[in-house]
Formats: sequence, C-alpha cells, structure tokens
Amino acid sequence: MIYLICYAAIIVFAAAIVYRIMDYVKKPLHVRWELYPVAHEAEKAEYGGGYLEETDWWKKPRKKSLIGELKVMIPEILLLKAVWEHNRSLWYLTYPFHLGLYLIAGFIGLLSIGAVSNILNISIWMPIAALTNLLGPVGFVLCIYGACALFYRRLKDPVLRNYSSYEHFFNLGLFAVTMVVAILTWLFVDPNFNMARAFTVNLITFNFGSMSSSLFNLQVVMGFIVMAYIPLTHMSHFFMKYFLYHDIRWGDEPTIDNPATDAKIGIVLNYPIKWSASHIAGHGKNTWAEVATFNPAQEPPTAKE
Amino acid sequence: MENTITIEDIGKDTEILMQVDVKNLMPLQGDFPDKEWGEINSDTKEKYACILDNLCVLQIPMPKTPEEEEELVNKFLDGMRKLFTKENNWTFFSILETTMEHCAKCNTCSDACHLYEATGHNEMYRPNYRSEIFRRIYFKYIKNKPFAKWRYGDVDLNWRTVARLGELAYRCNICRRCAQTCPIGVDNALIAREIRKIFSQELGIAPPELHDKGSMLQLKTGSSTAMNKLVVKDNVQFIDEDFSEETGFQFETPWDVQGADILLIHNAGEILAWPENIAAFSIIFKAAGISWTLSSELAAYDSINYGVFYDDVQFARTVLLQAQAAKNLGVKKIVLGECGHAHKAFTVIADRVLPKALNTPRESCFPILRDIVMSGKIKFDPERNNFPVTCHDPCNLTRLMGIIKPQRDILHKLCPQFREMNPHGPYNYCCGGGSGFAIMSRNNISDWRTQITGRKKLSQILDSFSDSRGPEIQKYVCAPCSNCKGQLRDILRHYKLLEKEQLVYGGLVELIVNAMVDVNPGYIKWEDEG
Ligand code: SF4
Ligand code: SF4
Repeated sequence: MIYLICYAAIIVFAAAIVYRIMDYVKKPLHVRWELYPVAHEAEKAEYGGGYLEETDWWKKPRKKSLIGELKVMIPEILLLKAVWEHNRSLWYLTYPFHLGLYLIAGFIGLLSIGAVSNILNISIWMPIAALTNLLGPVGFVLCIYGACALFYRRLKDPVLRNYSSYEHFFNLGLFAVTMVVAILTWLFVDPNFNMARAFTVNLITFNFGSMSSSLFNLQVVMGFIVMAYIPLTHMSHFFMKYFLYHDIRWGDEPTIDNPATDAKIGIVLNYPIKWSASHIAGHGKNTWAEVATFNPAQEPPTAKE
Repeated sequence: MENTITIEDIGKDTEILMQVDVKNLMPLQGDFPDKEWGEINSDTKEKYACILDNLCVLQIPMPKTPEEEEELVNKFLDGMRKLFTKENNWTFFSILETTMEHCAKCNTCSDACHLYEATGHNEMYRPNYRSEIFRRIYFKYIKNKPFAKWRYGDVDLNWRTVARLGELAYRCNICRRCAQTCPIGVDNALIAREIRKIFSQELGIAPPELHDKGSMLQLKTGSSTAMNKLVVKDNVQFIDEDFSEETGFQFETPWDVQGADILLIHNAGEILAWPENIAAFSIIFKAAGISWTLSSELAAYDSINYGVFYDDVQFARTVLLQAQAAKNLGVKKIVLGECGHAHKAFTVIADRVLPKALNTPRESCFPILRDIVMSGKIKFDPERNNFPVTCHDPCNLTRLMGIIKPQRDILHKLCPQFREMNPHGPYNYCCGGGSGFAIMSRNNISDWRTQITGRKKLSQILDSFSDSRGPEIQKYVCAPCSNCKGQLRDILRHYKLLEKEQLVYGGLVELIVNAMVDVNPGYIKWEDEG
C-alpha cells in the first residue's frame, strides 16, 4: 500500500508538472509585454536598457546573453533576491522555508544516488553519505522554522491575514507536520538514513518489502503526499516561474524576419471574436481580422449614395 | 479610518468603500498645502455608480432595479469568461492566466506602488487589493474550483463588487512598477488593464476621455484632438511660420512625401499644447539633413493609441490604420515622436498584431536624436542649457521598452547641470498621468491626479533639485512624453511651482534646439504657456 501511494504520488507530481507546462505552451501567441531590465540584454542589462535603444535595430545582430540571465536567475532562485530587496521582514521567514525545501530536494537526490550505489553494489562515497546526513536534518529544521514562522505571520499580521485563505494555513501546517514527523524519524528510528536508502532501493527495484517502523512509514506517506500536492497549488510557481520570466518578462523577440511568429499571427487574427460591446459586435464581422479592419466611427455609405 | 478594509468589504452595502484622507498623504518637501477633495457633482452621483471612494472615473450607469443589478453582475461574468478564452483574448490569455494562478499573496509588490505610498499606505491602493478580489471571483465563478472559498478565499459577488472593481481598475497607472518587484513574475498592472477590458469590450463602458473622445474620435476624424487632415496641416503650417520667425531658422514641415526614409508620427496633442516640440523636431531633422515626412492619412498624424489602456480591439484598429499609412507612403521606417504610450503601443505591442505586409519597422525618436546630436552635423553651445535639468523617465519608454541611455547621452552632452532623479531608468516612478489619467479632469479627477497620483513624482523632482531650490534659480524637468507633460503641467500649476521654484517642464528636443548655435537663443521660456 505504501509503495502504491509513493508511485501514485510520483505520477501525480510528474503529470501535474507536465500538464501545467503543456497547458501553457499550447496557448496561442500572446502580444509582447516585456518588462525591463531584460536580463539577456548583455551589457545594456546593467542599466536596464535593450536593443530598442539602437537606430535601425532590426538591421543589427542581436546579442543575447545567457550569462546575463543566469546572473539574475541564480540569486533569485537560490537567495530569493526580490523578497530580500522589497520585503525584508518576510525574507527572514520565507527564505529559511525555501532553503529548507532546496536542502530536502538535495537530500532526496543524494539519497537516490546512495540507493543506486547500493543497487550497483558500489559502496557509497563517504562525502555523499555525510552530506546526505547533513542536508536532511538541516532541511527539516529550516522548513519547520519557516513554515511555523510563516503560519504565525499570516495569522497575526492583519494585512497578510486579509490575503490568506484557509489553504495557506493548511499548506504551511502540512509542511510543518510532515517535517516534524521526518525529524522524529531521523532522531528515533533512522539516524543515518539507512532505512530511507533501503526504502529508495526498494522503490527503484520494485521490491515491496515492508519497513519495520510505523513512524518511518508515516513519514514516507506524508512526504510523498506533500510532493504530489505542491504542483497542484500556487506553489507550482517553482517551475512556472521559468515561463513567467523567460516568455513574458523577458519575451522581447521581435517579429521582423520571424516567419514562425508571422504564421502564428495569421492564426490568431482568424480567431472568432464574441465580445458584446456595440463598438465590436453587431457589424456582421466575426474574426479578429474583420473586426480590427472595420472602423465603427466611419459612416457607412447610405443606400442613396 | 485608514487600512481597515478587507477583501470581503468590496461588496458591502455602504455608500462608498472608503475615502483617502488628505491628512494621511505622504508629506512633501516644502510648503505645499493640499486641499480637501472636491465633491463629485450630484448629477454624476445620480447617474453613475460612484460607490468606491470620492472619485468617479469609469462612470458605470447606476443600476435602478434589482434586475439591472443582476444584469450588471451577469454581464461582467460573461465578459470575464470571455477574458479566459483563447479566441476572445489571445492577446493576453496566457500572461493573464499565469498571473491569476501563481500569486503567493506575499505583498512584496506593495511598497513599489507610488499610489500606495502617496496615500499613506491606503489599503485600497495596495497593488494586490484589486487583484485579490478579481482572483477570488476567478477561482469561484470562472474556474468553478471545488472548495474555492476555502482554498482561495471568499468574495461576495454582487453589483457593488462589480461596480467597485471596475472603478478600482482606474485607481492604477498600469505603470508595472509593482510587477517589477514580484519575485514570481506576477503582474497586478495587467489585472487592472484586463478588468478595464471587460468593461469596455463586453459592457461597452469606458471613460469618455479614452473612448468617445479618444479612440473613437481618432477613428472618426483622424485624431483624438478632433483635428482632421486639413486642420492639422494648417496648424503645423502656423507652427512652421511662427517658429521660423522666432528662431531665425527657416524650415517647413514636410507632409506626405512618397518614399521618404522616415515617417515621423507625433502625438497630435503636441500640435495644440506644445507646438515648440513639433517645431523642434522639424528644426533638428532639417538641420541634420534627414529624409522624413508626416502623413495626413486617417490616424497617421496622431500617434496616440488609447486602446492600449483599455481595449484591445480599439488598439488593433488604430495601429492597423497607422501601419497602412506608412505602407502607402513606402517609407523605410516609422519613428515615434515624444509620446511614451505611443512608443510602447506601436513598437512593441503592435509587433504581434500587424500582419507581415504591414510590419514596417518602427523605432523610437531617441536613438536617432542621439545619433544626430553625437554626429557633429549640428553645432551646439551647451552653455545655453546651463541650468539645473533633471529627467523624468516615462514608464512606457523605460520600464516597458528599455530605452534609457540615448536620452541620457544627449542630456550629458548638452546640459552641464543635468542630474538624475532617484530612482530612475527602469526603476522610475510614474508621473501619475499613466494609463489615460493625464487627459482627465472631470469633476475632482484633477485634484486626485495632482495630490495622489503625481505626488511621488513631485517629491522626486524636488529631491533632485535640493541644491537649487527657490525662485532664484531656473530649473527644467525634461519629460519626453506628451502624457507625462500634461500631468506635470497640472502638478506644477497646482503647487504653483513656476512662481515658487522657477520650475518648468518640457521635452528633450526643446533642450536640443535651445542649445543649437544656428537658432536664436531662448527657445525654452520660464513662463506658463497658459
Ligand atoms: S503579485 Fe507577486 S509580490 Fe505581489 S503578492 Fe503576488 S506574488 Fe507577492
Ligand atoms: S501598476 Fe503602478 S500604479 Fe498600478 S498598482 Fe502597480 S505600481 Fe501601483
């Protein structure tokens, strides 16, 4: 049963991510709505400028800097730079929470490496085992602190309370309880994560041997449920942020000499349009192209003319 | 009482939701008293649902019966449903949906907003306030999510909620400064714009300045100033004659030159309100030997596009006319004059609206002006500009288009006392006229614009001139955008800044001409243009 829950959770987690991404990618072309500084604008990004600062910009080669993007994305992802700059008091609560999750993700990765080593009968490289033992507990503690502190802040700060739903409290509570169970398991049942590693081996090799500790089992079930739950909520921002930044905020690709975008424009301009306001509807025009090329302010020729 | 409203209050049965108290406004540096708000006139109050605060920008007809109340809600929901279909809203569907789904409700964006700051942190002006209401309606009524009330928070959807939300969409400059600070990339400004769209595109309700006297008038006569092609050509001819005489530099603005390199499109409001800007372009282009023209075709002599503030269809109609005019003339490129929203609308947003055949390249006037100034083709005497100058960055040009350095290269070369505002460039503050407010002065809208929306900008201007305050030193705010100038004109008049501080505003080209050796001195004047 536990294994079933774990596999189901992995499938839900992966499917939810794929679904959300596909749902976004399949949407039609959107207009450009970039917001500067655009990170890939190489040296111009330093002061927030872009290619539109050039005369005849369409004749000049575009310089796009991956390093520039990384220089923005890495501090944003790893350090939550925007929250640090614009909401410092919240950063002290939310950063430990996020850092805790990053460490736990690293912990799971290392645990999996350890499990694969076991399967391949290679002894685990000591630093990996040591790091696993470090990242897990530190991650649990940071996550508990962050979740509890955020829960308290949302509850006690009247402004934040106004913007919080029961789901916020449920989510934070779920994280806190799950991490408490994880830390108790580590303290009293599985101090070196050997059991966790053995369980991971079982998961990978489809060996459904039962684990001896019910606390451990509880931890596994809760951990996997949390994992499956994350992409079903607004927390899916952890991967959707890629599109919010790259496709929207930095989506400055011009259409000139861009046949792919031209083709997409051809499609969207033929979409039917159903807005009801009188300046749009009621002229017998049905598609965007027809409506946009119709001028409702120009008198139509009368029958006599 | 401030800061006491909750999200749920939006639908409550009270005369208004809240009122900003003048006493709570952010303090200004100096003796600049604020006045109590003027009242909305009783006729307006009777006809329209002015139930948000003490302003009435959108003018939603007051429902008279329970049936009319219900109709308002249902029409709003119909529009909102269309907003979340790819066919009806392909323009912004994917951007809007991600903004709806991923907000963490952390309020990191709040302090970025100049309105929130200017009102002494009034909850109604928090960037996320209107967004949160809109989101709750979205999850409950559009997405029909199970347990929506529990998961996303509750909202009472009644006619008051709808009417107040519509007005709330006009308590935002859509400057996107808040979006810039969001760690996730969520855009509250877009939500304000999309709510405006529901009202315009579905309910046929928009501020008259933007729609009837704005985009519709432009589609009818060619310009929101109501100038038709004959009148506009006449007016420009007057400008040519007047300024040729005044400057001693003879020029004639070219019209409808087939095959010219450049089609220049001005904001036609300049022709009436700031003719020196029109003349300055003509002088500079002539002095630099540029091949250029204006067009007298419908909508092509007025770069404004108010659709960008409230209606995608009106937006598309306008850019198509402008692009067609360029194609008819066979120009190599279109250059936008000093108008921020026209820049953004035509250069960037239109880029994925125009079909290939109409996609004549478009560029800002600032790079070409920079190239001209740096080329050595024109002789300058920067001493003529030896007074304190600061630069206001129009949001549309800087935060939304990344055009920052060209204007600075010019200012550094021609203005010995140029100093920056803080912050500037992409992090600037809106002048307070953004998203259409600059052209509104109905009822008490001017009070609101000068005392709230423009407050932060005024504070920045005063700061940048902290070393040269008082009426003894002439100072200049360079605001290279027609809408921003309209807003600055009203702020400066309201606080009597010409008298108190010898402070005037104007564009960038005026500074260029003011420094031209071949032009009589004194192009810029320290007087109210009346
Ligand atoms: S828009 Fe961004 S910064 Fe503002 S509350 Fe939402 S997630 Fe936080
Ligand atoms: S877009 Fe500008 S005016 Fe509107 S809420 Fe954001 S910061 Fe404030």
